[in-house]
Amino acid sequence: MSVISGNIDTRVADLRSVTDEALRLAPAKEAEVIIFHRDTALTRFANSEIHQNVAERDLTVRIRVVDAGRFGVASTNSVDADSLRRAGELALEAARRQPVREMTPPLAPPAEADPPPIDPATAAATPEDRASLVAIICADAEARGVSAFGALSTGINTYAVANSGGLFLAGPRTIANLQVATIAGDGHGYADRASIHFADIDAAAAGEEAIDKALNTRDAGAIEPGVYPVVLEEAAVAELLEYLSYIGFSGLAAEEGRTFMRLGEKITGASIHVWDDGNDPSGLPMTFDFEGVPKRRVELITDGVATGLVHDMASAVRFGVESTGHGLPAPNPIGAWASNLFIGGGNAGSKADLLKGIERGVWVTRFWYVNVLHPRQSLLTGMTRDGTFLIEKGEITRPIKNMRFTQSVMEALAGASAITRKQKLVAGSDYEFTQALMVPAMRLDAFNFTSVTR
Amino acid sequence: MLDLAQRALDRAAAGGAGYADARYVQTRHQEVSVKDQAVDGLTQDESEGIGIRVLVDGAWGFAASSAMTGPEVEATVEKALAIARASARVHHQAVDLGPPVVSRGRYQAAFEVDPFSVSLDTKVAILLEAEKAMRQAPQVRVAEASAECTHWRKLFVSSEGAEVEQEAYETGAGIECAAVDDDEIQKRSYPNSFGRQVGQGGWELVEAMDLAGAAPQVADEACTLLTAPPCPSEVTTVILDADQVALQVHESCGHPVELDRVFGMEAAYAGTSFMTPDLLGKLRYGSDKVTILADATVPGALGTFGWDDEGVAAQRAMLIDRGLFVGYLTSRETVTELARKLPPGSEWLPAGSMGSMRADGWGRIPLIRMTSINLEPGESSLEEMIAGTEKGILMRTNKSWSIDDRRLNFQFGTEIAFDVKDGQVGQVYKNATYAGITPDFWNSCDAIAGPAEWRMFGLINCGKGQPGQTMRVGHGAAPARFRDVRVGIS
Repeated sequence: MSVISGNIDTRVADLRSVTDEALRLAPAKEAEVIIFHRDTALTRFANSEIHQNVAERDLTVRIRVVDAGRFGVASTNSVDADSLRRAGELALEAARRQPVREMTPPLAPPAEADPPPIDPATAAATPEDRASLVAIICADAEARGVSAFGALSTGINTYAVANSGGLFLAGPRTIANLQVATIAGDGHGYADRASIHFADIDAAAAGEEAIDKALNTRDAGAIEPGVYPVVLEEAAVAELLEYLSYIGFSGLAAEEGRTFMRLGEKITGASIHVWDDGNDPSGLPMTFDFEGVPKRRVELITDGVATGLVHDMASAVRFGVESTGHGLPAPNPIGAWASNLFIGGGNAGSKADLLKGIERGVWVTRFWYVNVLHPRQSLLTGMTRDGTFLIEKGEITRPIKNMRFTQSVMEALAGASAITRKQKLVAGSDYEFTQALMVPAMRLDAFNFTSVTR
Repeated sequence: MLDLAQRALDRAAAGGAGYADARYVQTRHQEVSVKDQAVDGLTQDESEGIGIRVLVDGAWGFAASSAMTGPEVEATVEKALAIARASARVHHQAVDLGPPVVSRGRYQAAFEVDPFSVSLDTKVAILLEAEKAMRQAPQVRVAEASAECTHWRKLFVSSEGAEVEQEAYETGAGIECAAVDDDEIQKRSYPNSFGRQVGQGGWELVEAMDLAGAAPQVADEACTLLTAPPCPSEVTTVILDADQVALQVHESCGHPVELDRVFGMEAAYAGTSFMTPDLLGKLRYGSDKVTILADATVPGALGTFGWDDEGVAAQRAMLIDRGLFVGYLTSRETVTELARKLPPGSEWLPAGSMGSMRADGWGRIPLIRMTSINLEPGESSLEEMIAGTEKGILMRTNKSWSIDDRRLNFQFGTEIAFDVKDGQVGQVYKNATYAGITPDFWNSCDAIAGPAEWRMFGLINCGKGQPGQTMRVGHGAAPARFRDVRVGIS
């Protein structure tokens, strides 16, 4: 087989034949095979024209063999018998060069998981389809004297997990993701849209949102750094949540003493509810993990109390619980990964409602270059970007220069005094396994800005 | 493989491409990590594929596939052509690559010991010994050691007649530990953070590190940090050790001189740059102590090669000359764009690309990436800088990094810091950070250590582009001193 192609059913059948073959050739009784098949494309634009436009098709087979309690992993992106056999042998060699482990997590038992909803139109979107949407944005921007930048990606990733215990799960995932940045003189704007459905991507609306913002952020002035109430738009909330996930939601993070999550304790405001649910179709569903465990909904923070952690097979064994279906491909040094995150909505009917009662505060469109200063304190730093405004007496009054924040996120969320009812889907950083963040906008009563940029 | 690549070029020409290149890449990567006196991960990955870039009607298309058969390669070319035609629909100015590049040749990076020839038993034993040595400290909760090696082989051909083959080994290792008590977690690592230090070369690079020898001090420092006071919040003199200078160069010089950023090609993601063409030859970026070069010819550095992924020969290019901003990291396309932006006959217009286009594997397009961005050594020494400091802080080993989308406002944190008073190093500080505005900071540099303390660092996690690409880059750096810097968090 040279490549996986055809419709979704054919893809899954093709993947099954590869996992069967890889397991048959694996030189050990216990083995696990993971396949990642990527068939994606991305159209990128800058200065209101398409400047990079790419497509990539790849299939990687990852084989884990278990030998006397030890495991080794090898991967190849060739699916002929010789390559699969060699990968199995390399994995076995890796396993046998290790000291015997006291405790090795078992392979996942056979299970069933409904395939996630997908959209064949997203998988089949053509360069012309993407160019048509980009053309709308660029034309609208040019007409208003603004330059448009951004990326529109479409495609289908198909995953399969099988093991020698009889497990086989496979499922595709379609994602259409649009990011628009705009520049008007010294003004900058931003908007994004993500969905499993290509048809949901409203390029004109996203373009208009970003264009308006760029025009409204021209001639920004600086304000003094300090503690301000803030309104965070969804992209800004999503950025913070992505980092919370990175530093603190896994069982391994708790074991290693590097998380802000103290189970059973109130760690933030009572209005904060965070959970992970890979089966919720309003996100970017993925119904099983990379160990072949069906995903469960996990309540992470409920009414401000830390209520749960996500587990893979390894941390589940150590905690004496069952995996929650959040495993990454082995070997995995960072632990289980919450990749379908939700923050519960509140009572605010719109983002404009969040402004009410703010005497002097800051409106943040999104954050940039966030990094961790102290994981236990959920202390992060980063910059605002692409639309930062001063709020005075409950109204946005003028654009302000971007500022650096240095803030404990749990402390900030403790001051969440208003949250929009409606959530928005934000696709996480563009890495191998796109994270889905379904979040509301919110008002936080105190947020520490430590400096201002030029 | 040359036949398949040539077939791709022929097909592209027949399909109407005004320019085409094909890049075959084969990689082999091995990674070993240990934790808790057990092997935490041992992976061996192999990948190959071909990426095809075409220009049709002056617009780019790119497609890549891992299926290395004639029909699949031809189908990939057709996909690239269709993508380029779609690009042309939303495109104003035809891409101009400048004069043809017709490089031909072969590059083999130097190495002493093929890292794949070293047994896994040996690798695991070295790492376990180092991990065990860190665990002697009672408060060390997590100790890890890891090593990796990569072999890459590339073939690049273009419709202009370029044909270059290159291969190299990249090898590295590192240790890190986290000490934990009821209230605090603190981390130290060696020889660099981000997991490990990697260079171009063989297993000899790991043998020179003496991981086990360094482990006790790494563990002791992590434990000491648990009870250390936090870094004070004040404006003071900062002395950065070479490893942190490397990161400072990367973020505040390497990225803003990427000419694609300057032209907005990364505006939607990585951002733009404050170092615009009108500032060439005018911007006093740093003090006269500060000279920074992009050098793709330094033996052993991760940013070293024979030709970049457009077939342009490796070069040594001046970026900051005794404090003055004088040059960019460029591609063929951005140099012709720069020519349109600068006045005719400008002395700051380079003759052609300085060769910094690199792609993350076969599946992604080449972008302007750092080669080795090196702060030239000065005439001082770390000892001399400390001795000459009445009051200040010495900071070592990066822990956190953040900088705005124009590369002006930065805040970096280090794993460990030390009080400096009356020319002596004093107590340890935890959670050290410093912040500033890029040109203000570099203009406050009043001393850089000399060649004896200048080292080459390998940074393996530089991200850029959409879809995301991770690049490995080099940074030569020496300890340096900066005056009137904001430290700590207010």
